[in-house]
Amino acid sequence: MPTQVTPESVEKTIYDGLVELGTERDLLSREATLESLDVDSLDLVELAQIVEDEFGVELRGDDVKDVKTVGEVIDLVVSKAG
Amino acid sequence: MTRRVVITGVGAVTPLGVGAEPLIERWVAGESGIEDGFGRCREFDPLDFLSKKEARRCDRFAQMAIVAAKEAIEQSGDEDGLPYEPHRIGCVIGTGIGGLPSFEEQTRKLIERGEKAVSPLAVPLMMGNAAAAAVAMRHGLHGHTYGVVSACAAGAHALGDASRIIRAGDADAVLAGGAEAAITGVATAAFAAMEATSPTGISRPFDARRDGFVMGEGAGVLVLEEKEAAQARGAEILGELLGYGATCDGFHLTAPQPEGIEAARAISLAVADAGLAATDVDYVNAHGTSTPLNDRSETMALKLALGERAGEIPVSSTKSSIGHLLGAAGAVEAIATVESLRRRVAPPTVGWEEAEEGLDLDYVPGASKPIENGEGPLIGVSNSFGFGGHNAVLCIAA
Repeated sequence: MPTQVTPESVEKTIYDGLVELGTERDLLSREATLESLDVDSLDLVELAQIVEDEFGVELRGDDVKDVKTVGEVIDLVVSKAG
Repeated sequence: MTRRVVITGVGAVTPLGVGAEPLIERWVAGESGIEDGFGRCREFDPLDFLSKKEARRCDRFAQMAIVAAKEAIEQSGDEDGLPYEPHRIGCVIGTGIGGLPSFEEQTRKLIERGEKAVSPLAVPLMMGNAAAAAVAMRHGLHGHTYGVVSACAAGAHALGDASRIIRAGDADAVLAGGAEAAITGVATAAFAAMEATSPTGISRPFDARRDGFVMGEGAGVLVLEEKEAAQARGAEILGELLGYGATCDGFHLTAPQPEGIEAARAISLAVADAGLAATDVDYVNAHGTSTPLNDRSETMALKLALGERAGEIPVSSTKSSIGHLLGAAGAVEAIATVESLRRRVAPPTVGWEEAEEGLDLDYVPGASKPIENGEGPLIGVSNSFGFGGHNAVLCIAA
């Protein structure tokens, strides 16, 4: 069963996922930009796989192409689930 | 003006340790890095050198290439790298297969969990040019950059091609080498299925008891540089890549042509390309895989190419100490060759004890021995042959 989508559960999954992809946990915040974290398009696709595994929410390239910050990624997942 | 190519930096990751120094020092001492039938780089931890992100975006062979390249650049240049315009520096790195561990892992995911489980990193991890791309990206190189794929001759082809790029005037320096890390379930089973690997797990090239090669892994990268430019910047010149010869048996998928005719031609071409004669050769770093077929045909090739003096020239195989590094072998062995010549010593074919009829060259049994030939530069030949009949031979002076 997928995990229930809440802002908190999504934040935890996104943070853990970014750390798994090589980002320093200390640098993570909702305001941090993906660019400042060196998160590129390949990272976003991997992150989308992690999100889908966890919540059953599918993110496509088009969904994330304008996303700038970690907080926006979290909000996007929450809104897609809703 | 004839452009010439010198070696100004070397870097290696091998079963004898991380660095070119442990490779040459331990081989000269007659030590072996083979354990339990494999030449693994047990001391290599990518996170000692790469960020977590960089490491997970490279398969093991590319990680090793990055580390070997870093060592070579640091020896040749300074902390800012090599003092040439980035578009005048190339990167050519050979491999037999590329990121096989990633290929196997992603295939497993596809079968067990379906298409959506396959990583977007799968292709850049697997591709055979990944090592060259990773090194170029790390150092911001913009010259000729690509991978070379010719099985166990790939490392030597990479060096030979790189020297041609410099000679043609298309680059002033090229990071050239080979990398392989394919000790996986599929590769191990496949080499065993074709009875290429040693069932006893012992690498003893040219010995009558040899029964196949021992799989190894690692990387070797050299900084090749145009000679006058290297001299002008005061670089320490470790040796000169004088000649390159490449041929193909055009004979069989895996077996060498038994008389070594095309391998001999590659040796002769390399020596002639160097402007030398067979009588000038002081040392041979053999391909010497420890397979029954290679070591016999290679011995015949050396006799064909080197003539009457073949029996007087020390011939030894690095694979006796580290196993067969496949696509990395030619590059690692070129480093071993230049460092042997610099020390004026022929390292031993470790473990050689029993002669076989017809295999009667000086395989340097037991221990290293001095290479005797006055005070001037010594001339070495390094052979690499690959499945598919590929023969690539380098002629090196140091």
